[in-house]
Amino acid sequence: MKARVHVMLKNGVLDPQGEAVRHALGSLGFDGVEGVRQGKIIELDLTETDPGKAKETVTAMCEKLLANTVIESYSVEIA
Amino acid sequence: MHAAVIVFPGSNCDRDMKVAFENVGAKVSMVWHKDTEMPAGVDVIGVPGGFSFGDYLRCGAIAANSPICQSVKAHADKGGYVLGICNGFQVLTETGLLPGVLLRNSGLKYVCKALDLKVETSNSAYTSGYNAGTTITIPIAHHDGNYYADDDTLARLNDEDRVAFRYVENPNGSQQDIAGILSENRRVLGMMPHPERMAEETHGNTEGATLFTSLVGSLETA
Repeated sequence: MKARVHVMLKNGVLDPQGEAVRHALGSLGFDGVEGVRQGKIIELDLTETDPGKAKETVTAMCEKLLANTVIESYSVEIA
Repeated sequence: MHAAVIVFPGSNCDRDMKVAFENVGAKVSMVWHKDTEMPAGVDVIGVPGGFSFGDYLRCGAIAANSPICQSVKAHADKGGYVLGICNGFQVLTETGLLPGVLLRNSGLKYVCKALDLKVETSNSAYTSGYNAGTTITIPIAHHDGNYYADDDTLARLNDEDRVAFRYVENPNGSQQDIAGILSENRRVLGMMPHPERMAEETHGNTEGATLFTSLVGSLETA
């Protein structure tokens, strides 16, 4: 079973990398980009076969390691 | 005084920290990240600078979950002293021993230079040898030193006099120019600048050595 975790900086937390990407897009002539937020996707291959349990475990992984909830929010998709 | 310096894969200021502790008369044990216990009688744990685990995932995140960090937390929980410098500060925020987090520098660049810091409080074992309000010159060398905490946390840090150092000129976007903070019991200090790199005459000045001298002095009179 695969799980996919999306980690994003919370709203209100400055994202210097996203800002740099926004500036670069502007200098390439892509007008009208008002904001860019950069996050990460983490894919996991799990031996678990129960989607509910998998989601619970991956959520625990996010809380403990994959995201820093002081500044980041996360979502878990099980596929 | 007995100091332990933690060594992670990718630590690169561990030996500098050892020398700084030894120069003020401390006995130093180097402790590997896979160890689960501190050597007996450790008074202070130093978490050094570097790029532990290649800064993968987030700076300090993997190190904060390494086996030895349970002992670092236990040491702090029973009132022990912990000093985290640079990557060590990042590790301490990731363990939750200090509030907030260190984000990517707002200018996106790695910044390596000596700069002026204002000592905000002399009320800690680390800063008792400085006069509050004094300016000292200490180097920084980091890519992720932009201190971030929510407004409530910042207000608490200020109200409780827990900001140890502020930058005179903010090099990285840190909120309120914060360069170093103390835990609630004032025994855990995390700071991005490197006092161990300004600790001998050959370094340019010895203003960083005062931190180590103060710590030893406070512990020996305690």
